[in-house]
Amino acid sequence: MRVLAAMSGGVDSSVAAAMMHEEGHEVTGVTLKLWQGPDGEAPTHGCCTVSDSEDARRVAAGLDIPYYVFDYTDDFASAVVDPFVESYRNGRTPNPCVECNRSIKFSILLEEAARLDCDLLVTGHYARVTREGGRWRLRRGVDQSKDQSYVLHMLGQEELARTRFPVGEMTKTETRRVAADLGLRNAHKRDSYEICFIADDYRRFIAQRAPEAVRPGRIVDASQNQVGEHRGVANFTVGQRRGLGVAVGEPRYVVELDPHTSTVVIGSARDLLTGAIEVEKVSWVDGAPPPQAQPECLVQLRVHGEPVGALIAPSDSRPDRWTATFLEPQRSAAPGQAAVFYRGDEVLGGGTIARLLR
Amino acid sequence: MLYLDHAATTPIRPQVWEEISALADRGWGNPTGFHASARAAKNALEEARERVAAVLGCRPLEVVFTGGGTESDNLAVKGAALAGGERGGVVTSAVEHEAVLSSARFLEDWGCTVTRVGVDRDGLVDPSEVAAAVTPDTAVVSVMAANNETGARQPVREITEAVRERTGCNVLVHTDAVQAFVSEELAVEDLGVDLLSLAAHKFGGPTGVGVLFVRDGVALEPVAHGGGQELGRRSGSHHVLGAVGMALAMELTAADRERFRRDVSEARRRFEEALSEQVPGLSVTSHSARTVQHSHLRFPGVANQTLLVRLDRLGLAASAGSSCQSGAAQVSHVLSAMGLSGSEARTSVRFSFGWTTQPSDGDLAAKLTIRALEGLL
Repeated sequence: MRVLAAMSGGVDSSVAAAMMHEEGHEVTGVTLKLWQGPDGEAPTHGCCTVSDSEDARRVAAGLDIPYYVFDYTDDFASAVVDPFVESYRNGRTPNPCVECNRSIKFSILLEEAARLDCDLLVTGHYARVTREGGRWRLRRGVDQSKDQSYVLHMLGQEELARTRFPVGEMTKTETRRVAADLGLRNAHKRDSYEICFIADDYRRFIAQRAPEAVRPGRIVDASQNQVGEHRGVANFTVGQRRGLGVAVGEPRYVVELDPHTSTVVIGSARDLLTGAIEVEKVSWVDGAPPPQAQPECLVQLRVHGEPVGALIAPSDSRPDRWTATFLEPQRSAAPGQAAVFYRGDEVLGGGTIARLLR
Repeated sequence: MLYLDHAATTPIRPQVWEEISALADRGWGNPTGFHASARAAKNALEEARERVAAVLGCRPLEVVFTGGGTESDNLAVKGAALAGGERGGVVTSAVEHEAVLSSARFLEDWGCTVTRVGVDRDGLVDPSEVAAAVTPDTAVVSVMAANNETGARQPVREITEAVRERTGCNVLVHTDAVQAFVSEELAVEDLGVDLLSLAAHKFGGPTGVGVLFVRDGVALEPVAHGGGQELGRRSGSHHVLGAVGMALAMELTAADRERFRRDVSEARRRFEEALSEQVPGLSVTSHSARTVQHSHLRFPGVANQTLLVRLDRLGLAASAGSSCQSGAAQVSHVLSAMGLSGSEARTSVRFSFGWTTQPSDGDLAAKLTIRALEGLL
């Protein structure tokens, strides 16, 4: 088959491309240029650096496959970075990887793969695509600690039919061993965890683009009594405990952010508990929600969060939203993060947390 | 493989390779030394200088060897502006190579006045507009002979005349002839310019060597300071083998121009005619006044990134015309200045023919391009 391999320069996507090549597919490597500094230069650290694309280029050269850099900086700015900033402006905590997968990798790049007559798009994500009962399924990667199915929840049948994640079948240790066996130059390159387009501190990034999200404000308790001051709601995430600068007896958490008045509401662990959430931009891997009236499933609320039991149902108030009612109240739900629905290790679908229903 | 990216670089001419190889064991010395190997190198270098001068119709000491086209442009623009004393102004066009535009921007950051004259839809400046932009503060006017992306040929002689008419000989005129030299007769006397940039690798010479013609009596502030080589205008140990290779490549190019123009224009004619029949809405950029070797085409509705990958797969090398360090295609300042929209720019591809081109390459290029367009139109 003809394969387009998205290569970031990291070990996972390099191994993914190399494995497809080893299997005898006709692989074309591509690095996405997604971000550049205000002066038009590539960043020197973080992602999209010249050295990252150089690593990808060298791996591709070692495999003797064609390699290109595709420039999607305009698309990335409008589909990922602008909403990221907007999210902080609204007191939410966004996940830009989700938006990038939704709008760039499994949208624009997948379309490009089709135009280039490629049968498959291959990336270095830790997740698995399987075919069961005539349908495509998305499952957690074999390496639970590296699993990335959470940020891929928006994939549907059409996308999965043309997507493969070769390293999803392996542990990270195995991936590195394969890389070393293949002699890939980046076999021991360290993992990246940062937001790819922010080289240093996300707060400074937000401050430059949405100054209103970093204007000083009050920290209040549940009864609206001021207990402190802060330097901007963008510095906080619902559920956050550290960095409140408020000394009170029992542990205090951020329970709510009001971007309009720049107010941070704090409370006890009990105040943080959420019985249900409202989820927007919901999509289903199978194309439609599970057939049961109110299916029980597992919901994952953070990138590395533990899945928790919930009943899901279409929202009463908003037809385009779904409600997840937890079997036990949860403390880790934050607006802007993804809520992903699982059955066992299978992704059913997911969306973005719009509202906490306490 | 069909190589149609000669505007980016060209394959080295075999005779140039031979001459460089033949010289390698006796021309490696440092020409500034006090011994036999230095003398051998010095002789080779100065002979190369004379040969370059003969092709350009200038005196040998008016030839400054540099590290390439970019360095020549930097020396011309910055060197002239910085040597101008109180006068440090630059007048240039909006479609110059980045080497000129970035040099101008650098000078601007240091307080010099920079005026960028706009271009029409064909990418051409109006000479009277260039002259009108010259002020008592202007030290140098820099307008390219042919554009690297579109091939648009600027009226350099008319620009020089218009500037002279306005200012006398007070203001230096530079032209970046890196793209033009391969197909155009460029005698510096005819053009009337004071400064002219060339790069060897654009016409079958080696990379890493260029020339700046500097008219006798023109003072330039060096941009690379050091041992004072090239009469203090360009320090750094000489690239003797490169200079010799460049001199031969220039002679071969000058002698081959008639054949070049005939074969290349025939190849391009066949290419563009065949494509126009098959591609609805195909348009040629800078159609009215371009070099024979450039074919900058717009394929409505087809992303150039997609087309370039498909062409590469079929063994045809072309270009988006402008790329960043990573190689990604970008929307260029040249096309923006000509009034093309971002989407028009993203559907443009540059095919550039060169000294290896045969007339039949035009047929093959059209065939491959039409195949690459399958399903995209």
